[in-house]
Amino acid sequence: MSSNTLAKTAPAAAGPPADAGEGQPRIVSRPRTGQWLAAVVVLVLLALAANSVIRNDAFQWDVVADYFTSASVLRGLGLTLWLTALVMALGFALGTLLAVMRLSANPVLRAVSWGYVWLFRSMPILVQLLFWFNIGALYPHILGVRTVDLFGPITVAIIGLTLHEAAYAAEVVRGGILSVDRGQIEAAQALGLSRLRRWRRIILPQAMRSIVPPAGNMLIGTLKGTSIVSVIAVQDLLYSVQLVYHRTYQVIPMLLVATIWYVVVTSLLSAGQFYVERHYARGSERTR
Amino acid sequence: MSDADAGRTMVDIKAVHKSFGTLEVLRGIDLEVRTGEVTVVLGPSGSGKSTLLRTINHLEKVDSGWISVDGSLVGYRRDNRATARRASGKGGGGGRAGKLYELSEREVLKQRTQIGFVFQNFNLFPHLTVLENIAEAPVSALKRPRKDALDRARRLLDRVGLADKAGAYPKQLSGGQQQRVAIARALALEPKLLLFDEPTSALDPELVGEVLDVIKDLALQGTTMIVVTHEIGFAREVADTVVFMDEGRIVEQGAPGDVLDAPRHDRTKAFLSKVL
Repeated sequence: MSSNTLAKTAPAAAGPPADAGEGQPRIVSRPRTGQWLAAVVVLVLLALAANSVIRNDAFQWDVVADYFTSASVLRGLGLTLWLTALVMALGFALGTLLAVMRLSANPVLRAVSWGYVWLFRSMPILVQLLFWFNIGALYPHILGVRTVDLFGPITVAIIGLTLHEAAYAAEVVRGGILSVDRGQIEAAQALGLSRLRRWRRIILPQAMRSIVPPAGNMLIGTLKGTSIVSVIAVQDLLYSVQLVYHRTYQVIPMLLVATIWYVVVTSLLSAGQFYVERHYARGSERTR
Repeated sequence: MSDADAGRTMVDIKAVHKSFGTLEVLRGIDLEVRTGEVTVVLGPSGSGKSTLLRTINHLEKVDSGWISVDGSLVGYRRDNRATARRASGKGGGGGRAGKLYELSEREVLKQRTQIGFVFQNFNLFPHLTVLENIAEAPVSALKRPRKDALDRARRLLDRVGLADKAGAYPKQLSGGQQQRVAIARALALEPKLLLFDEPTSALDPELVGEVLDVIKDLALQGTTMIVVTHEIGFAREVADTVVFMDEGRIVEQGAPGDVLDAPRHDRTKAFLSKVL
């Protein structure tokens, strides 16, 4: 009652919002005309673009559909997938070793690790692949075997991509390890945990929280990056579609086949990353 | 601990020096702690008290001097032959000479399992549950069967009043609860000696009491402890010996009644007048 009286005596325009008798006063947002306008413009442009893609017969969507699940394309996809998985696994194994070396107390190990990362990050991956492909020019025979027999295209692809990957993985893992609080290591030492146990049980699981997002980035980058091995005639996804369009000249639809597959796999990997991140975030405040 | 052990020397610190770069943080520390006693170390920030505590379990290496816990040197092995030769050849003064050889990491880790350490910032493992935090060291360092370690961890949790938090992650607990878990984790190794590095300094004021109560309880049961703290009331109530440090030296030590109520040195008086 008394608040009603107050509301009546308060000036209408200025002053604090008074209780209007019907509970709390309603909040009226300012109109967002500009936002609506921008949204409409963008949607119209998108629709125009989609229309032109669908209506333009030169895209040859029927060819895309024909080859999308053809045996040679699927074989190429398979190779791309296992090459990516293998390179990631080997690259991160070597990268973790390099990161631990870089953080060790031994100045020689630190310098070697630094030098490795410096060298392999400086060298374009394409140059590296060509170099390994032609290694026979430097060493015609290795252990009594002809080098060209030893370094086939697939082997060269695995070696080149792994060495390249490891240099980046080393920095990602090192960043993750550095993100672990120094007190965690001291607590583990004070409890008498062995060096291996400290790494496996305390440091790396916590480092994983910072490692997973950039590692997910690298995985997706590697998936597409493996397409570079097409230059040394490894039959990955890209090379498989190239083989087709060299024969049929249907360049655009065949490139679309490869692109759509890359998009599909990338989407699946992104979804997987979400679950991996959630696993390693257990015990942290932000997940709860 | 049996009564027969009481009064034996548990920690013996002799002429310990430690520098970080050009900064000398410990300038010749001598201290003896007897079994079953509580020693509280007081002093202003930068007086070297935390560093001293960390040298006792070899988290920091000393530059000179030595520390023994329960009769064995921390972090080093004395070269007995050299010591004996010098002692017989040059007389009594040479008995302390000879060389101290650094122990292997495995040996240092084994020593550390006998010395519990409680940190200012708890340093619980955030990705492990409370129960896993406590059982980790008994399983991996003492090779206890996992089931036994978990059973014992539950009993320790009960002892610090947190029986219902076994499955929680550390971040879900208050600071006081986290520090009580950290104490339980240190106790899980059944250490001969417990070291506390400002255990209540990171806590909200209203949570200090619950942690001090747990430490008091341990003191009453005859646990040998060295506690670095700013809690003067705790020192008065629980300490057998109070040590006051300043600029890397022990300025004075004695019974709490003497050091806290009738300090002899001006530096101690000045410090106490500010914190009391």
